[in-house]
Amino acid sequence: MSELLELSGAAAAAAVRAGALDPRELFSAYRERAAADELNAFTWVADGPPATPPHPDAPLAGIPVAVKDLFCTAGVPSQAGSRILEGYRPPYTATVVARLEEAGAPLLGKTNQDEFAMGSSNENSAFGPVLNPWDRTRVPGGSSGGSAAAVAAGLAPWAIGTDTGGSIRQPAALCGIVGLKPTYGACSRYGMIAFASSLDQAGPLTRDVTDAALLLRHMVGRDRRDSTSLDLPGPIPLPTSEDLNGVRLGVPEELTGSAGGVEPGVRERFEAALRLAEGLGATVETCRLPHAPHALSAYYLIAPAEASANLARFDGVRYGLRVDGDAGLIAMYERTRGAGFGPEVKRRIMLGTYALSSGYYDAYYGTAQKVRTKIAEDFREVFGSFDLIVTPTSPWTAFELGAKTADPLAMYLNDFCTVPMSLAGIPAISIPCGLSEGLPVGLQLAGPAFSEPRLLEAAFALERAIGFDGSPPRRAQAAATGGER
Amino acid sequence: MSGANAAPGDRGRTDPAAEYEPVIGLEIHVQLKTRTKMFCGCEVSFGDPPNTHTCPTCLGLPGALPVVNQRAVQFGVMIGLAFDCDIAERSLFHRKNYFYPDNPKAYQISQYDIPLCRAGRLGDVRIHRVHLEEDAAKLNHLGQSGRIHGAERSWVDFNRCGTPLVEIVTEPDIRSAEQAREWLTGLRETLRQIGVSDVDMSQGSLRCDANVSVRPVGSHELGTKTELKNMNSFRFLQQGIQAEIERQIGLLRAGQQVVQETLHFDPRSGSLTPLRSKEEAHDYRYFPEPDLVPLLVTPELRAAAREELPAELPLDRAVRFEHELGLSPRRARELAFRAELADYFERALAAGREADGSLEPVELANWIPQLVERIGSDADPNHSRVSPRSLAALALMVRAREVSRDAAREVLARLVHEGGDPREIVQREGLGAIAAEEDGLGELVERAIAADPDAAAQVREGNMRAIGPLVGYVMRESRGRADGREVTRLIRERLGAA
Repeated sequence: MSELLELSGAAAAAAVRAGALDPRELFSAYRERAAADELNAFTWVADGPPATPPHPDAPLAGIPVAVKDLFCTAGVPSQAGSRILEGYRPPYTATVVARLEEAGAPLLGKTNQDEFAMGSSNENSAFGPVLNPWDRTRVPGGSSGGSAAAVAAGLAPWAIGTDTGGSIRQPAALCGIVGLKPTYGACSRYGMIAFASSLDQAGPLTRDVTDAALLLRHMVGRDRRDSTSLDLPGPIPLPTSEDLNGVRLGVPEELTGSAGGVEPGVRERFEAALRLAEGLGATVETCRLPHAPHALSAYYLIAPAEASANLARFDGVRYGLRVDGDAGLIAMYERTRGAGFGPEVKRRIMLGTYALSSGYYDAYYGTAQKVRTKIAEDFREVFGSFDLIVTPTSPWTAFELGAKTADPLAMYLNDFCTVPMSLAGIPAISIPCGLSEGLPVGLQLAGPAFSEPRLLEAAFALERAIGFDGSPPRRAQAAATGGER
Repeated sequence: MSGANAAPGDRGRTDPAAEYEPVIGLEIHVQLKTRTKMFCGCEVSFGDPPNTHTCPTCLGLPGALPVVNQRAVQFGVMIGLAFDCDIAERSLFHRKNYFYPDNPKAYQISQYDIPLCRAGRLGDVRIHRVHLEEDAAKLNHLGQSGRIHGAERSWVDFNRCGTPLVEIVTEPDIRSAEQAREWLTGLRETLRQIGVSDVDMSQGSLRCDANVSVRPVGSHELGTKTELKNMNSFRFLQQGIQAEIERQIGLLRAGQQVVQETLHFDPRSGSLTPLRSKEEAHDYRYFPEPDLVPLLVTPELRAAAREELPAELPLDRAVRFEHELGLSPRRARELAFRAELADYFERALAAGREADGSLEPVELANWIPQLVERIGSDADPNHSRVSPRSLAALALMVRAREVSRDAAREVLARLVHEGGDPREIVQREGLGAIAAEEDGLGELVERAIAADPDAAAQVREGNMRAIGPLVGYVMRESRGRADGREVTRLIRERLGAA
């Protein structure tokens, strides 16, 4: 039985197609594991496989997928980790989830997350924190912490999450798995409960790069319900590259120097990975992203501004939590929102509301948009002489629960290396590049818009060379024994 | 009669105080007659059971996204072209943020600094801008107040939510309440004829707010303005503006100042009450809608919009009727503002002129309201039994005095019922004019004089007012066929009063 659960998504799908594996059996095995989840990774687990078995030709062959709570799933609780959506079961399913279901990946369960995707540690969830399977005293990262922990612990073959400023890549890094944020617009946002509309993207969290490519292939594509979605130039191929011959890797000084506060252990793994890349035939050189140090500041104006509007609909009138009173409409609004939102969400709503207010708009939101444009220009320039950019995904490894909750600014620094790509709307992937003091370190590769195939090829070659020792049994064991060091 | 004697609310008399000039601008919301809503595929409806035309998008459910209705964009472009506006090749949607139960996303998707259309004109009023947005849901309140404050309970009907709207903002070019009403009538007919809206104020597909200020005559500065809301009929619009003009002038005359505020018009009392300042003190925090891409008007879309416009717009047509055909301004608008009447009129005019170049457009035009009265005010004369050629023929017969005006009305009544050729009806029914003494008119006149010797005596003494009963007798006896002018002439002749 547990051997089944060691298979990657792609391998399990191949076994199903070869007639060696019954997908319903696989579903039940994962369901059982997910239901016994001790990491608080799941907020809801399916009762069983869907009534109708997958079509024999379905490319994802009935391999179940764990879905971040942020995605709307018809009739299934979808709370975005928030109390304000208590009891909310949407009448419709997000496009990305529907596409995966059509491709033969049924819903295994919904995964825990930071409330409305606001956070980098999964400590801002109405469902409580998720524990890191490598060390249960530590955070899994966030906001897609539940998806990352579930995949890392082998509670799900693969998962999807969302990334606004790093919410797929950073937890993937902290949990030792692969996480990919696609080009903005590659995946439909229809049915994804919005945090910051101009930044939010869905993406896969998987055990390896091949799985990321396979899952992504069935997530992308223009959706007539999302005006900002686009077709990729071609289908996502499964990567095969064994080397990096001729690939020009740029290491941005601004993101890897002292400003980001990269931990020595992380730097060490990162530099070792760069040497491996050179060994595979890549050229590695320093590059410049002059405006990248301002990315976090711009991000923490733009994202809260959009969030302040996106979250205004949670007013107690139509769905979710409602705290009535006898003091009329305004009081009902205030009580509902006061009780339903957590402190980080409230903080960002306040920030965003302020940034958009009359008299401050130009200074804050307007300036932030200008910075965003400059950052995108920086990347365009760099990609004139480099194929891909490479950085550590997170400046540090998984930190202890509660270590940064008292200091929001310290928490925001988690996204120092991931936010610039989000602002530029370009794709980026995080792969494990080794352990530092027993905890996984992530390496981020980023490319120009729609370069997902190139990104996946490079990540695949590097993954093989790195040979990260984080196979599912080890992870499962880690989950069972409370981590190993 | 001078304005000073006008009763309150008397139409059109703007001001008992000629030293002040009103300055009025209008802000108009028009529901577009698209099949589906502005940002989703739900059907646009009116009067259906509540909440039967909704989806995740128009309910503002978490995760739902808007998609622009291209038909609504085309309607917006058509309106812009009809107003001769500059049409933006690229415009933006913004979010306008405010909390209210009729606004399920807590923001309205609207346009802000880069609207679809700018700088146009309709008639004598310049158009500042035209932009696209979405309508709010409809609230129903249970309780005495009929408003949300103090309501025992409120319901939200989302059928209306997301209905496409255009907002049309004029420059402050209007100078009286009457002009506001007249101009808005022209706007309504323009939008109706280009086919973009039902423009029905009673159903809310046309809504109008007014910005009103007054200033000393001769001044070019704008006074402090107030905004008037809830004037949901043309009459209330005029009444509300008139009342506000008078209120402002009263304040200024008393040495007080006008306060900038929003006023709610109560048609029952005719009074204007300020809306609570809390409802007014909004910072809408506009910012570009990140769920939508910029709105592009391609040359193809523009051409399609142009193609769909009628060849001539009602105001242009009214001007042509007035200036080229000599119709009174009132008659010209009456016809031009109903395209089917204007079309019928022009077809009749062409047919009549072909038959006889002497046909006077004014005379022909005078027959149209009579025809409409007989076929029913909503009916289309083009679908009646009265062909344009027949009506023109009838008008020509009247002009040639072949049939009296009264008899012609009877002919028209028969045409409406049976159709056919008016000349034939006249002959068959013996309705031809009795215009000559020898046709028996002389005899009728003599009988009239004999029947009313008192009146005859008065006319003899030079009291021409007394001639009425004598003429009436002849007309009655001739069943209206007599030529009234000839009858008068003959009576005077017989009584030596000529």
